[in-house]
Amino acid sequence: MYQFKFQKAKSVAEAFAGLGKDGDAKLLAGGQSLIAAMKLRLSQPSALIDLGDIAELRHIKVETGTVTIGAMTTHATVAASAEVKKALPALAMLAGSIGDRQVRNQGTIGGSIANNDPAADYPAACLGLGATISTNKRKISADAFFKGMYETALDAGEIIISVSFAIPKRAAYVKFKNPASRFAIVGVLVADFGSSARVAVTGAGPGVFRIAEMEKALAAKFAPESVANIKVPAEGLNSDLHAQADYRAHLITVLAQRAVAAALT
Amino acid sequence: MSVKVSMNVNGKAVSAEVPERTLLVSFLRETLNMTGTHVGCDTAQCGACTIHLNGRAIKSCNILAMQAEGGNVTTIEGLANADGTLHPMQEAFRQNHGLQCGFCTPGMVMSAVDLVKNTPKPTEEQIRELMDGNICRCTGYHNIVKAIAAGATSMAANP
Repeated sequence: MYQFKFQKAKSVAEAFAGLGKDGDAKLLAGGQSLIAAMKLRLSQPSALIDLGDIAELRHIKVETGTVTIGAMTTHATVAASAEVKKALPALAMLAGSIGDRQVRNQGTIGGSIANNDPAADYPAACLGLGATISTNKRKISADAFFKGMYETALDAGEIIISVSFAIPKRAAYVKFKNPASRFAIVGVLVADFGSSARVAVTGAGPGVFRIAEMEKALAAKFAPESVANIKVPAEGLNSDLHAQADYRAHLITVLAQRAVAAALT
Repeated sequence: MSVKVSMNVNGKAVSAEVPERTLLVSFLRETLNMTGTHVGCDTAQCGACTIHLNGRAIKSCNILAMQAEGGNVTTIEGLANADGTLHPMQEAFRQNHGLQCGFCTPGMVMSAVDLVKNTPKPTEEQIRELMDGNICRCTGYHNIVKAIAAGATSMAANP
């Protein structure tokens, strides 16, 4: 790891001021991706601004129609939250499927979506559950937030405060995971909002994406057979030693059916 | 460049000047000379470096010492009683031959104690699923799973 300066921010304002002082500074949330990337020298910020002590960024709030999670809330906290399990069980399950127990105890939702790893789980939850990302400057819809591989709509100096998920009638997330890293080779989140439906796919492409044709079919009838014959073209999907693009394309249809079936049980 | 880091390790206040980039595991092993916590993969996959930070199991190779600033850390050295009597989970690993080469054991034990704290009566399936963040290179998982089940029973009997 290259040397860097370190600052512990006591508030969002202090973190913002720190970012303003150094254009190559980065925010440090749980660090479960960033520290690993820095060890490999894939990332070399001049300074880290640690958000770990900002208590106001750790919260869970369930209101009519929405579940809001503070940016520094860990995956383990979301997975174990009785409120989240009751209001939006698919989100608690998704959080409980990230990485392993130790990673879930340290990794955060804000860190995960700011990093936007193409195989991460939370981007699928944000996109599939029509989330709104609140920052220190504005509110961004998930549809506008994720910009492809490791890129987001966040500007320099912009800090995620919380993520609000719309509570659907029913939803489920099913992933086919890499057994070593536990990242999604393909993960599909389906959500039934009554008159509409959303289908978000992670792991398969250069970034999380929706499948309009499946959403239309599920809005008409929320059942596994509605998506059984909807194929996604392999072109543009990821190919690596774990799975070729055509296999990932095949998995999308299979997992979408399983997710719909899981949402219905 | 260096920074002052202070925390509580196994009930004792410790403090040192270290480079900012010092990992928590390096701080424990190299600054404090507490080598019970192991570095296996150094990529947050194998779990040999598992310790407890503020009561939760984490991988100490994947966080900076400064992230634990002001926190409470428990390592494998802090698990046994002062008189040397083993923690019930350590005793269960011993009784069930849960160690082979022993390299992964500190992480396995620390992870298992956290597992049982959050899932007091784990089934065999739960143990296998929830221990997926710890890898044994001897692949001797069978006795490790047996040890954790026994350790869970014994922890319930000796809270």
